[in-house]
Amino acid sequence: MITFEGVTKRYGDGTVAVDNLSLQVPTGAITVFVGPSGCGKTTSLRMINRMIDATEGRILLDDQDIREIDPPTLRRGIGYVIQQAGLFPHRKIVDNVATVPYLLGWDKKKARARAMELLERVGLDTKLAGRYPFQLSGGQQQRVGVARALAADPPVLLMDEPFSAVDPVVRASLQDELLRLQAELHKTIVFVTHDIDEAIKLGDTVAVMRVGGHLAQIAAPATLLAEPADAFVEGFLGKDRGIRRLSFVPASGLAVSTERGVPGWSVALDENERPIGWRRDGADGLQPFGTFDLKKDSLRTALDAALLAPPGSAIAVDGDGRFAGVVTREALDEALRRAGQVPGDG
Amino acid sequence: MNWLVDFFGNRANWSGSGGIPIRLLEHVEFSLAALLLAMVIAIPLGLLIGHTRRGAVLVVVTANAARALPTLGLVVLIVLLAGVGTTWPVLLPLVALAIPPILVNTYEGIRGVDEDLRDAAYGMGLRGRQVLLRVLVPVALPLILLGLRIAAIQVVATATVAAYVGLGGLGRYIIDGLATKDFPSTIGGAVLVAALALVVQLAFSLLQRVLVSPGVSRRARVR
Ligand SMILES: Nc1ncnc2c1ncn2[C@@H]1O[C@H](COP(=O)(O)OP(=O)(O)O)[C@@H](O)[C@H]1O
Ligand SMILES: [Mg+2]
Repeated sequence: MITFEGVTKRYGDGTVAVDNLSLQVPTGAITVFVGPSGCGKTTSLRMINRMIDATEGRILLDDQDIREIDPPTLRRGIGYVIQQAGLFPHRKIVDNVATVPYLLGWDKKKARARAMELLERVGLDTKLAGRYPFQLSGGQQQRVGVARALAADPPVLLMDEPFSAVDPVVRASLQDELLRLQAELHKTIVFVTHDIDEAIKLGDTVAVMRVGGHLAQIAAPATLLAEPADAFVEGFLGKDRGIRRLSFVPASGLAVSTERGVPGWSVALDENERPIGWRRDGADGLQPFGTFDLKKDSLRTALDAALLAPPGSAIAVDGDGRFAGVVTREALDEALRRAGQVPGDG
Repeated sequence: MNWLVDFFGNRANWSGSGGIPIRLLEHVEFSLAALLLAMVIAIPLGLLIGHTRRGAVLVVVTANAARALPTLGLVVLIVLLAGVGTTWPVLLPLVALAIPPILVNTYEGIRGVDEDLRDAAYGMGLRGRQVLLRVLVPVALPLILLGLRIAAIQVVATATVAAYVGLGGLGRYIIDGLATKDFPSTIGGAVLVAALALVVQLAFSLLQRVLVSPGVSRRARVR
């Protein structure tokens, strides 16, 4: 747990970047600091590993005031990922990843073995280990940055706009990778971004900040979307809050009919029982269809699957993509009505 | 061309205390001494100022002074003041000549390292000295070596003045040749100095290849 207690940062020129910030970052979850540029996110983040020292207030790391810890020692126990990766250009990838283990005095062989393991973990080919940073793409460098931060297995990870400089496709895959890693590692992660969609996708908790370093609202993403605290948060969240909130309602609550169709339509399957299209009664051709995973997907995905298909119904599949049933428009309507009535953590 | 043949073809020029090998050795020794002395002063200073970013004024002043400094004039002045025949009066201006390029390039190299990289180094938990020696120096090395190369070539060229004060070196051929109107000797001496400068240039290219990480010079092949 990381606790901010009335933390203020005033820079030498008088700028108050963070003003009397109090919040808690829970252990083992992702907390996102989000807000417009210049609102004090980076300053807040960097106060945690003492890259910047607070002017007033205090920050506790598991009940210990971080000012009592010598900064380099503190930082070796906290993973740190920045926007431009900041890899050491003169070192091979494997040695970049092993930076902190080397600092902690691990022997070279063990540190390198650990680095190789981490490269795999973050989804990189271990063939890249012998390359230098300039020989990697931006997305690959960013993954190495994450591997480096994780090398000594720190309980806390600080990430400052780590995916902002890569293109949207790579960014999405890096985000997915982070969520996958986090499901295995359960780190305490503080993630800074100016992108509200990224915040909502990644955060277990989202802290919305406004310029001047004021905390506007801190809540779970679904709560934020359903009940923004004020006009600023509402404006920052942007359009389509209702639809986006459906992402946090599990599809598993839907009423599924195990019939292989709806009146006038049937679901065509291949030999592996995977859906291949909708067939109108009496017709030969196949029509577009959409599927959702009954166990893993959200109501939003299910709704989307229905909107894609001419019969207006969604096809439910199991984890292997095999047909599991059909969700009619009526069943969807009922679920949407319930979702609208119960604001909250979904 | 004939003059060169006259000079290099003359057996007498290859042996004894006035022979080319000895003169060359004197020249190299002298230049090396000046360069090493300058390095010992300028490199730590450049590293310190570049790393702490304190005292940058000193670098600017040194660089400007260097531009205004007439080396030969300085040599003559010091020789007049100190009397002919000892090493220091000639060594000192050579050192003074070598310091600015080393100091300025070391400083600029260290100071110019990408801010994000410094930040990442501190963020990983490296201490100040580790950041300097393990990150900034390897990354700034091409510039540091460039400063050394410029200094070395200037020193080698200027060390010909050592001959003025009886300290030998390749300058002897030039000065003695001028005095006795022995043009083959003058030209031969000049060619030797130029050749030595070329060797220095080559040596630094080699050093660059050996010392600078392929990741910094971007020489590495994709594997
Ligand atoms: N070193 C500094 N000196 C003075 N002002 C600074 C410094 N760093 C940041 N600031 C100011 O503090 C405010 C917050 O900056 P920052 O924490 O970087 O915001 P964010 O990361 O949310 O964009 C901005 O107004 C910025 O200009
Ligand atoms: Mg920032």
